[in-house]
Amino acid sequence: MTNEELKSTLGELIPSATFEEGGEWVNLYVPLEEWKPVALQLRNHPSLQLDYLFCLTCVDWKTHFTIVYHLSSTAVRHNIVVKVKVDRNNPTIETVSDIWRTAEFHEREVYDLFGVTFLHHPDLRRLIMPDDWKGWPLRKDYEDPVNMIKL
Amino acid sequence: MIEEVGTTTEGDLVINVGPQHPATHGVLHLVITLNGETIKKVEPHLGYIHRSIEKMCESLTYRQFIYVTSRMDYLSAHINNHACALCVEKGLQVEVPQRAQYIRVIMDELTRIASHELWWGAMAMDLGAFTPFFHAFRERETINTIMEETCGARLTMNYMVPGGVMFDLHPDFQKKVKAFIQQYTSKINEYDELVTGNIIFQNRMKGIGYVTKEDAISYGCTGPVARGSGVASDIRKIAPYDVYDKVEFDEVLETGGDSFARYLVRVKEMQQSIRIIEQLIDNIPEGDFQAKTKAVLKLPKGEFYQRVETARGELGVYIISEGGTTPYRIKFRSPGFSNLSILDHMVRGHKIGDLVAAMGTLDLVIPDIDR
Repeated sequence: MTNEELKSTLGELIPSATFEEGGEWVNLYVPLEEWKPVALQLRNHPSLQLDYLFCLTCVDWKTHFTIVYHLSSTAVRHNIVVKVKVDRNNPTIETVSDIWRTAEFHEREVYDLFGVTFLHHPDLRRLIMPDDWKGWPLRKDYEDPVNMIKL
Repeated sequence: MIEEVGTTTEGDLVINVGPQHPATHGVLHLVITLNGETIKKVEPHLGYIHRSIEKMCESLTYRQFIYVTSRMDYLSAHINNHACALCVEKGLQVEVPQRAQYIRVIMDELTRIASHELWWGAMAMDLGAFTPFFHAFRERETINTIMEETCGARLTMNYMVPGGVMFDLHPDFQKKVKAFIQQYTSKINEYDELVTGNIIFQNRMKGIGYVTKEDAISYGCTGPVARGSGVASDIRKIAPYDVYDKVEFDEVLETGGDSFARYLVRVKEMQQSIRIIEQLIDNIPEGDFQAKTKAVLKLPKGEFYQRVETARGELGVYIISEGGTTPYRIKFRSPGFSNLSILDHMVRGHKIGDLVAAMGTLDLVIPDIDR
């Protein structure tokens, strides 16, 4: 589907979604409480078929976090970007690892580096940092006097 | 292989493979739960070579951060640099000269051959055949020497920069690449006889580490791992960059889904890379090798995502810019990270001896996974 077709389909499917202009792919914001059912629909909708999550990451905007999901369809070859805003003081969001299995590792990485809790995740532990590490290294206010060199 | 042994309450055996183990080809740590010799669970522990490249890049300028990315997937440094250069160019909206585009694609494909050759030799060595390793390194060294003449480095090339490439080609480049192709194509049959047709090798690879098409997609597998299960996932075909849309090559697909299918994909891909280089090497256009760009690069406010096909699969570079000289946030979607996540799923129920035959075909490069 072209970006315009994608936009109208997504607009009908998710009335509460807001679109962001710019970028080569369709960007949409989905409210936090609707994310899980929306994610299921995105994968199973017959004309969307977004079965491949190729990137899952988090951005620290200092006032809030944005969890960014890059989705693609291996059957119809279109891509969309879904963003979900999360409260920075109590970052929790539903896991999608049961929908796209690759999310299990990616969510562990985001938990490890940003401290975002993914509810109902099968195995939410630190993945890269040591188990006893204090703090969340990729947050903008993270300070580490030993390992960080200011340029 | 057993470095530390402990038993759980159910009488299962838990062993550690790595972080220093020859079969993991790097500092990967696997905690394996065994029932007798049968694998019940494999749990990868990462981070032994984590340098937080994403955090480092937040304080480096758009010219500087490319050099760090050579250290991610050190076997395809050119392709990492290429991805970053393309992503910055996307933000700057710079038109790259034709000559640079040709050079980049030739370098990418040479890198792919070198990387697959190393994997081929190491894979055979993991299964006990030592000779192929020397053959593979002869080819790889030839490529490294060609690279060294042009780029000045054998491993971390840092050759591709926003706007083109850093230097022009060495005058001997074309002659040497052609000599390499001739030498390599004359040996391919010998390699096939040595390894691919070897009955012991086939017995160890066939039926091991089976991955269905649905699982490959769901686990986010890309590159030869996905193509071994019949998933068309070649970014060079899906979203061609530079001159990939001008060259003819086939996306290699196998439907076996086992280790042997993934092996065949890589072996055939090397021949496709040769095909691409042969089409380009005589037709490199004259002209500039770098577009004129400002000394200090500033990307406009926005988000830029670039996907490229490395030797291991899809590498994504995601830059979020606030309009400054450094990225606000940068994310590298590395192919090895997603490919590793399927390891547990694909080896469950196999014998411990088959772990290496399955894990080897994922072609893991640990600095690429840890970043």
